[in-house]
Amino acid sequence: MDDYSQFKATYFTECDELLADAEVQLAALDDGSDDPEILHAIFRAVHSIKAGAGAFKFTRLTEFSHQFEALLDRMRDGRITVTEEGVALLFRAADTLSAMVEAARTETPLEDDFGQDLLTEIAAMAGSETAPAPASGPVAAEEQTAPSANDPAEQVTPIYRLVFSPKAEMFKHANEPLLLVRELKTLGTLTAEPDISHLPPLAKLDAEEAYLSWTFTLQSDCPLEEIEEVFEFVTEDCDLSITLLPAGDAEKQGISRENGAQSAAAPSGQEQQKQEEDEASSVAPANIPTAAPASPAKTAKATTIRVDLDRVDRLVNMVGELVITQSMLSQQTSTLPTDHYPNMVRGLEELALHTRELQESVMAIRMQPVKSVFSRMPRLVRDLSAKLDKKVKLITKGENTEVDKTVIEEISDPITHMIRNSLDHGLERPEERLALDKTEEGTITLSAEHRGGRIVITISDDGRGINREAVLTRARERGLIADGATLSEDEIDNLVFAPGFSTAEKVTDISGRGVGMDVVRRNIQALGGRVSIHSTPGHGSRFTMTLPLTLAVMDGMIVQLGADKYVIPIPSILESFRPAPQAIKRLPTGQTLVHVRGDYIPLCPLGRIFRCDEAETDPAKALVVLVESEQFGAVGIIVDTLLGQQQVVIKSLEGNYKPVLGISSATILGNGKVAPILDIETLYQLSQAHLRRETRPAPPPPVAPTPAPPPSSNPEPPTFAG
Amino acid sequence: MNAVSQNDRTGAVSADPQNGAAPSRGDADANAPGLQQFVTFAIGNEEYAVDIMQVREIQAWTEVTVLPNQPAYMRGVLNLRGIIVPIFDLRCRFEQGRTDATNIHVVVIIAVGDRNLGILVDRVSDILKVEYGDIRAVPDLEDGKKRDHIIGLVTAGDRMVALLDTGSLFKSEILEHSTEAADASAA
Amino acid sequence: MSKRVLAVDDSKTMRDMVSFTLKGAGYEVVEAEDGRHALDTLGSGVIDLVITDINMPNMNGIELVKALRSNPTHRSTPILVLTTESDDSKKNEGRNAGATGWIVKPFEPEKLLKVVQKVCG
Repeated sequence: MDDYSQFKATYFTECDELLADAEVQLAALDDGSDDPEILHAIFRAVHSIKAGAGAFKFTRLTEFSHQFEALLDRMRDGRITVTEEGVALLFRAADTLSAMVEAARTETPLEDDFGQDLLTEIAAMAGSETAPAPASGPVAAEEQTAPSANDPAEQVTPIYRLVFSPKAEMFKHANEPLLLVRELKTLGTLTAEPDISHLPPLAKLDAEEAYLSWTFTLQSDCPLEEIEEVFEFVTEDCDLSITLLPAGDAEKQGISRENGAQSAAAPSGQEQQKQEEDEASSVAPANIPTAAPASPAKTAKATTIRVDLDRVDRLVNMVGELVITQSMLSQQTSTLPTDHYPNMVRGLEELALHTRELQESVMAIRMQPVKSVFSRMPRLVRDLSAKLDKKVKLITKGENTEVDKTVIEEISDPITHMIRNSLDHGLERPEERLALDKTEEGTITLSAEHRGGRIVITISDDGRGINREAVLTRARERGLIADGATLSEDEIDNLVFAPGFSTAEKVTDISGRGVGMDVVRRNIQALGGRVSIHSTPGHGSRFTMTLPLTLAVMDGMIVQLGADKYVIPIPSILESFRPAPQAIKRLPTGQTLVHVRGDYIPLCPLGRIFRCDEAETDPAKALVVLVESEQFGAVGIIVDTLLGQQQVVIKSLEGNYKPVLGISSATILGNGKVAPILDIETLYQLSQAHLRRETRPAPPPPVAPTPAPPPSSNPEPPTFAG
Repeated sequence: MNAVSQNDRTGAVSADPQNGAAPSRGDADANAPGLQQFVTFAIGNEEYAVDIMQVREIQAWTEVTVLPNQPAYMRGVLNLRGIIVPIFDLRCRFEQGRTDATNIHVVVIIAVGDRNLGILVDRVSDILKVEYGDIRAVPDLEDGKKRDHIIGLVTAGDRMVALLDTGSLFKSEILEHSTEAADASAA
Repeated sequence: MSKRVLAVDDSKTMRDMVSFTLKGAGYEVVEAEDGRHALDTLGSGVIDLVITDINMPNMNGIELVKALRSNPTHRSTPILVLTTESDDSKKNEGRNAGATGWIVKPFEPEKLLKVVQKVCG
């Protein structure tokens, strides 16, 4: 069996998938769905886990999944009614199963009584509707395997006589007598004597009838069971008798067994024992339905192959490099006279096209629905609400929204954290809710959708919302805001993301698990994402997290600013134009606005806030790129010119450098140079901070919701007398 | 004292990037036995050195991309075979003005913890083999802070070479999320 | 010419194991992850043996056996169903549908080979 140990990794990966799937199905069951396919699907998952566990000899896992499966089996065929209590038990069983899989994976020994209580409960529930409990079938059966009937004290090699008469059914089941004879021959010395007396004249011969029979004499040391095993599959399709020929006084203990259609005795003690058990335990075997055929539309799977993620990643990286090389090529050849090299120019155009298509295809390989993450949340909500004595309903939407694998891996923790937060701090207890004229059961909605080339994940609750008084007091206590500062409601709400902030009066074991919302925000920002909270006191809060669909490529507009080039993400661009001088307005705060079709849109003078002296600062002489910001709506970025758009490979700046406000990441242009990619959100915040610095003589320390701007550019200078 | 001549500025100095941890003071004191090799380089007539194990490559200065609001002693970032690496002006870091960089100036790319960064210097001098015992402590100046970026001093012929503490030198620029590097510099 | 075996199981672990064992013994193995996929894979091609799991989405093993038996090409192709010790009744169900034999999971490689040889040589 050691041969099979190489498949363990596959098995555990598969277990993860099966458990996640079971989780989804359980959640549906919990929601009151009565789709019969649900129980079948859970059954299949547990069944597959059991089968593998058996193969690798994970005995505890095998035994547990066996009992679990037995319960599911009784539930799916209706012998047990699925109650709320039953679903709860299934959830716990799935949990334990998961823990056991984990223990097997990490080779951690389980405590002797691990899962024992649950097994008792499962047995109780499984047994409550059926007379005899399934008991520990396989284990017991193994132990009870009857010893071989023939006593090996016999010195002489025993001789058996077999009379074998196949029936036509044997051929219908595609069993081949010749193969059985060959197998028999491997057991000892065999002589065969065919009986052709029933053979009809050739003209009347029906190819699918059985006319022949044989008498075999087999001299063999092997136990009777082994001989019987040869005919394992055909016991009902033939007449077979096996007789131990008397040798000396062995006649008295001569064994004879007959197999016929009537006496379909099981071929071995073990088989027999099990069969009896089966008959006893199944109330009406005829009523057991086969697994219902799934409706194809619902679960139809495309033909798939499994590929190591490393391989895909390598492919993605290679294609990334290819894209850069391709854009370098096209840039360096763009000055070639077209009429001299028409074929080459056409070839390069095709190369560009194919490169792009290749890249899209490769990226698509890594796209996955967020379902795999969302499916873990019902469990979280269930567990937490039980712990907190709250009643909560979780609604998930858009779980089929796809994002790149790199993003999937990163969203689980933030979502978990925000749901914890909503449950712990946001939602009220049932009695409190009733007193407030709310439904006893609170609702948390988790949704995902694509918007503007990004994925937007929102987590909203209908709880009490943020207590701004408390937040402000706390923030002041912690010195997160200046005493005199006045903050907008949203700014106050977003203080929960400030480093070192925690709204919990006491550290509960739900939310108070080490990391705070500040870490959540930082992790999201590190991915080029953003998170914000919007709260309506008394009515609830909503976390909004947006992330790029992939962390690998994006469409970018290259813009010129003085001598520098920057990239603006195309998905955020609304339009670009050169405003008429009279369309530029100025607020007393110093903020400039541009008047576009009746709206006043704040301008963000990139040159000034990036301290790029050569950049054009007069909006009427420069170009305004109107972009959509998540938090602030439309913002006009002033740049010198647009240079063109291209797909860019996103490179992290933070691999080797600290985060830069206004910049999310960078790319490498066709000339091999780095170009920073603008981050619209922090850019606008930066421009506001810039404005405050310019207009106030003594600016207060920066307000906390956003990370502080870069530290002063005069760190402690080292002096070194050389 | 061998290998890289003064003119061989762009020649790659072979180095193992795997073990590029910053040499901490602890290392210099006692732990590791035997010889240590340093790559030395100069700004003006001051000579500095870093552990050869930290050096990933040496290349001629090329124009880099300026990042918004970067500190004065930072020159920008460059593309090192698909990885973006920040480049710092060592002269400027030591408050001796900004280097007027040309293509005869040299960038030494080094690994600090799990980060890579480049140091703009005037020229690379050579490789120095130093016995641990020959590393001298930086004399106590009036203020302890002043020694913060120098691990020790060694003598090469009649010259004095200062061993840079690369971990602390650009700490605020590179160590934001790098725990490994933080550990290395905490020693 | 080596014999072609079609291994049908929704569990990759099981498919891998069957495949590994049989390939090691010189069989050619084709895989499918459920009954429907198996039928698609088979088409009208020649196969010497089908080994199928019973519990699968999109057409289970029993349905697959019935489908194969009703197709003249595969009417006399040996079919082994993979059962577990707990679903003994499945053996009969498989048999009634026309299966040739069964293999009880978990199985040792030797056992699998022996059974395969028994039904397809």
